Amino acid sequence: MSWLKPVAGVNSEERVGFKSPIVMAVVGLIVLYFFGIAGRSGQTSFELTRKDDAIQLPAFEIASAQLGVIAGVLLLLLAVGSLLLSLRNQKTPIWLASVYGLIGVTALLGWLAADNTVPVVFIAGTALVLAVPIMLGAMAGVMSERSGITNIAIEGQLLTGAFMAAVVSSITDNFALGIFAAMFTASLMSMVLAVFAIKFLAQQIIVGVVLNVLVIGITNFLYQQWLTEDGENVNFPGTLDIVKIPFLSDIPVIGPVLFENRITVFAALLIVPALWFVLFKTKLGLRARAVGEHPLAADTVGINVSRTRFWWVTIGGAIAGLGGAALTIGNAGAFGREMSGGFGFIALAVVILGRWHPIWAAMAALLFGFSIILRVWANQVSPGIPSDFITMVPYIVTIIAVVGFVGQSRPPKSLAIPYVKG
Amino acid sequence: MSNPEARFNQAIKEILSGGLTRTVLSVILGFLVGAMFMIGSNKEFLEGLTYFFSRPQDSLGAAWSVVSDGYGALFKGSIYNAEAEDIVKAFRPLTETLRLGAPLIAAGLGIGLAFRVGLFNIGGTGQLIFGMIFATWVATRIELPIVLHTVVALMAGILGAALMGALVGFLKARTGAHEVILTIMLNYIALYFFTFLMRDPMLLQEERATGNPKADPAAVTAQFPKLFGDEYSLHWGLVIALAAVIVYWWLMERSTIGYRLRMVGFNPDAAKTAGINVNRTYILAMGLSAAFVGVAASNQALGTAIGVTPSSHAGIGFDAITVALLGGSSAPGILLAGLLFGAFKAGAPAMQVIGVSPEVLGIVQGAIVLFIAAPPLIRAIFGLPKPQTTNALIAFRDRLFGKGGAK
Repeated sequence: MSWLKPVAGVNSEERVGFKSPIVMAVVGLIVLYFFGIAGRSGQTSFELTRKDDAIQLPAFEIASAQLGVIAGVLLLLLAVGSLLLSLRNQKTPIWLASVYGLIGVTALLGWLAADNTVPVVFIAGTALVLAVPIMLGAMAGVMSERSGITNIAIEGQLLTGAFMAAVVSSITDNFALGIFAAMFTASLMSMVLAVFAIKFLAQQIIVGVVLNVLVIGITNFLYQQWLTEDGENVNFPGTLDIVKIPFLSDIPVIGPVLFENRITVFAALLIVPALWFVLFKTKLGLRARAVGEHPLAADTVGINVSRTRFWWVTIGGAIAGLGGAALTIGNAGAFGREMSGGFGFIALAVVILGRWHPIWAAMAALLFGFSIILRVWANQVSPGIPSDFITMVPYIVTIIAVVGFVGQSRPPKSLAIPYVKG
Repeated sequence: MSNPEARFNQAIKEILSGGLTRTVLSVILGFLVGAMFMIGSNKEFLEGLTYFFSRPQDSLGAAWSVVSDGYGALFKGSIYNAEAEDIVKAFRPLTETLRLGAPLIAAGLGIGLAFRVGLFNIGGTGQLIFGMIFATWVATRIELPIVLHTVVALMAGILGAALMGALVGFLKARTGAHEVILTIMLNYIALYFFTFLMRDPMLLQEERATGNPKADPAAVTAQFPKLFGDEYSLHWGLVIALAAVIVYWWLMERSTIGYRLRMVGFNPDAAKTAGINVNRTYILAMGLSAAFVGVAASNQALGTAIGVTPSSHAGIGFDAITVALLGGSSAPGILLAGLLFGAFKAGAPAMQVIGVSPEVLGIVQGAIVLFIAAPPLIRAIFGLPKPQTTNALIAFRDRLFGKGGAK
């Protein structure tokens, strides 16, 4: 578990600074005051099990303001912990930030649902389903960026996958073919990006933006000209069946959230750790990272830089295509105009927020999925709350992360730099 | 290179390999790609294909008619409508192209400016929205006399956008964060912030609110006046956009600031060595870039008699990227590119009427910029020569305009 350790002492010259504890303390005070001391009256009840679950747990009830105070104090304690680490010139580890985030989220839920119930399973489960396209898009991003190619075209790859999955599944009545078509087409699109970037040395960001424009144009046109006219035959795939994994799905809370899902969710839950393993534990991954960090050195030891980049980008595209399929046959049940709705750009943010690491990126994707469901749910339980601000939070968190307030995120060294063999 | 014939050949080669030819070919190819999609989705053509070898004329005829009808409708809807009752109505499509092209031109200049400095401003949408917030606030919440109100609102729009841009430049200069991520994130933040403002009557929401986020229409004193009377909806936004083109040209080609900006764009390290403060230049560049986007923002906020909504940005921030790419980030190029894509927007309803989905224009637009983005691809398709590094063309031009002293 070496990746869990904070990267302390790598460079003793570098001062860690006090940005993290300051941000953590400020947020902690905000939670303590607004959710706790000046919080809303009323009981909040956290519903841990659904009505028809095999094992029933009693709902957890607490006064909303009381929860705010407890959470605020805990957050301030974590901020103190972070301060102590900073004093010893050690970085705040990600697990501490994650615990911090979890407590903050609980406080937010408790505050929103004063005099109401929090359906924990429903919220967590929906957040996961919503996060899957973002997560898989982010994996595509990690794969191409780790090998040194900026992939702004994730949005287009998701949209391609969503379109192909819906149309091919409808025409053939076969979800497997639909998923295959989604992955295949999205990887073809990735190949275009790879060829332009590697062979033609085109500006990768521009090619990515342009591919997005093109895919949005093509899918909009086909949707309008074809799918709306003949919707019953070509855009009526339905959704994949929900699979219950025996025994595991009976575990309270975790079971229904993780082990009672569509195959797209299971695929995402497998791909993320698999990618982590390949990237950090195998020769293949080492080569890809070498190509992304220092292509000249990689070339010198006999790694084919162009080929490595080409395949990592292409396979990443296939994974993004699966993410697109998760949008249609894994959730909505039909293709809609521009239905990826910026998920590809969010995936890009998630890559950075997760510091180009598959598992942290997946966590960040969950944050975004959570914020989407939270907005919908918050409107229902307390309509007066400005839910626009809740939706904004992940984007602001990303900016804070990018500008280095909570630990600098450092991209692969040769990202977006074409490699010309000397 | 002394004999004139060799020099002429050299110049021809440069024209072929240079920007103009490539741009024209890209546009033609883009329209061809669009035509292929129109044909491929046409029912009569597909039915004709089943017996193509016995009667090919059915398929080919259908293909020809769908393409000519489609692009014919585009022409009719964006330039000149020959079937109109009178001459005034016949020219209305052209004025619509100009009206819809104006914000694209202004925003395209902004994105183009960033390109020239080596920055990618993907945040047109967010900057546009911030400009609209400022302009709408001045136009609906402050009372001023006519003309002055318009000018103040316009300036407010430019300022709002410029602040947003400068923030990105500041964060980039200060922390080294990549502007692409910053601008994309700020797009979303701006959009949700704007929506929030329009939900609250204390802020920007219209007085007779219906529940949907919407702002009051700009006060009559603040609206851009109509350019050619009430017959056309074309307004002063066009004139302001054209003024922006001239300002952009002067700024980039003639001013010291522009020289500094271009220098950083060519080689930031060299610029630094030459004593230019690169970080400050990034802030300046993003601010100026967004200021041009702000002109488009004011156009959106003050150019209509109905209030702005969260979708009033109309995707201009993203379309501007394609405008700047097609226009090669030069003032005249962006002007023409903005008009072309403005024509696409103006012609879309006419295509819808005859049953061709105007979405095909999105494909044309995407294909054009894809070809633009990969010069080697265009060269490979048409077998054009590689770009020349000599300056025979410049020498030729200098002689033509009597500048003398060709280097």
